[in-house]
Amino acid sequence: MALFGQFLPLNPNDIHLPSILQPPSWGMWLGADDLGRPLLDRLITGAQTSFFVAFWVVSISALVGTSLGMISAWFGGVIDLIIVRIIDLFLAFPSILLAIALSGLLGPSLENVVFALVIVGWVGFARLARAQTLSLKRREHVQAAVALGAKNPRILWHHILPLLTAPLIIEATFGIAGVVIAEAGLSFLGLGVQPPDASWGAMIRDGTAYMLVAPHMVLAPGITLLLVVLAVNLFGDMLRDKLDVKNKRHIQHNKH
Amino acid sequence: MCGVIIGVTVLVFLLLHIVPGDPVEALLGETAQAADYTQLRHALGLDLPLWQQWVNYASHLLQGDFGTSLYSKQSINSTLLQRLPHTFYLAITSLCIALVIALPLGTLAALRQYSIWDHGAMAFSLIGVSIPNFWMGPLLIMVFSLSLGWLPVSGQEHSLSIVLPALTLGTALAAILARMVRATLLEVMHEDYIRTARAKGLGEWVVISKHALRNAALPLITIIGLQLGTLLGGAVITEMVFSWPGIGQLTIQAIQQRDYPTVQACVLIISISYVFINALTDIVYAWLDPRVHYRV
Repeated sequence: MALFGQFLPLNPNDIHLPSILQPPSWGMWLGADDLGRPLLDRLITGAQTSFFVAFWVVSISALVGTSLGMISAWFGGVIDLIIVRIIDLFLAFPSILLAIALSGLLGPSLENVVFALVIVGWVGFARLARAQTLSLKRREHVQAAVALGAKNPRILWHHILPLLTAPLIIEATFGIAGVVIAEAGLSFLGLGVQPPDASWGAMIRDGTAYMLVAPHMVLAPGITLLLVVLAVNLFGDMLRDKLDVKNKRHIQHNKH
Repeated sequence: MCGVIIGVTVLVFLLLHIVPGDPVEALLGETAQAADYTQLRHALGLDLPLWQQWVNYASHLLQGDFGTSLYSKQSINSTLLQRLPHTFYLAITSLCIALVIALPLGTLAALRQYSIWDHGAMAFSLIGVSIPNFWMGPLLIMVFSLSLGWLPVSGQEHSLSIVLPALTLGTALAAILARMVRATLLEVMHEDYIRTARAKGLGEWVVISKHALRNAALPLITIIGLQLGTLLGGAVITEMVFSWPGIGQLTIQAIQQRDYPTVQACVLIISISYVFINALTDIVYAWLDPRVHYRV
């Protein structure tokens, strides 16, 4: 839906005064908001906002975090010490707090939301990549590559990264759910997308002023948000179960 | 821990001083005279090199002085002292609610694995994790304040005002904890000492309460400690939803007013509380587990 939103005849910013706060009806499937704008159209454009932020935050965080984590574990020594300290430092903050403070002071815009969420998002990937690389370092195929004189970048890219992909994809899936909620939260606080652009969080905030007369304004974006996050979380759980099964089998295989 | 706290102050300081956006300009407005601008910059010590600003800031901080608010011109310390008790009250109430929901639910789910109870508990947990605070809050207001009229909408004048914000935060935390309780208990139930206890002919209730839950408590305490940080972060949004006059609301107000020293103080105090809670968790862990003996 979000992907094809561009090609749909949507009018998310059309102000239509007669339909102000109108409840859902045949003409307007999800009703209208306080300015008479159609909620369904705004929901779909809000989805574009969400996915834009989720895509960029998770991609950049994964890239930065994984690289740093792998480098840290592989080279060890002073590099490892410094990177681990930095990771610990970022873990000392409740992440949403740091994101709120950063995007608030940078000024409300979508780019700043992405930046703020990357600042708090890369740590998870870095920690995961570091832990996995540390254990992979001792695997035979990696030791063999080292013995054959392979260069560091080649080992990291060809021998370690492929084995990291599964846990990283799971981390990224849960990351998407987290980022979608965080973006909506920042927009709810007025720190994300600016009006008239639509975002689910901003729609919920606008709706809270009209809860008594137009509950659909809070319900529609909230339920959408819940369903999307739920779907992503379920998908993540499924992936994790699959991976776990593989791991267990692997361990049993080694035991025998 | 001291290292982390010093690091936290440096990082907060750097982040707030590197971001574009000038507090002096925000204070004076764009039409200000250049002379006023330079004077105020000098008065606030913002014309000094960055490291010197940090040294000034840190030395005040060491004396327990968070500085003066740019907006209200009052000492930030007194504002913090006013706000902190509200946030701690909210956090502790939420934690209690979370434990009351999560402990029985997680235990039930673990003992009757794959039963309808288990599936129900895990569905609750998954939904709870997926509902953001800023939607749960308005939803609860709609049901309990607007439709049923049982509870006050916001503020803290009424003694029942705590219920809705604490429920919002508490259920979110309960969702995470229920999962953890289940997972931990499932692991413990497969241990040898549980088999031994059963083999001794102990009643199932004694096995669970004395042997399983006690051992499961240890990892759970670590998890709860870690989650309290999330709780403090989540409190920022929840306090906004319910106009709860805690430190979270102060943070957002300070951000909107571009009151840099106050934002800095809020982020610092929440992060330092978080670091302290984690340290405290380790101590409680050591105290509960006779196998761990920390050399002090």
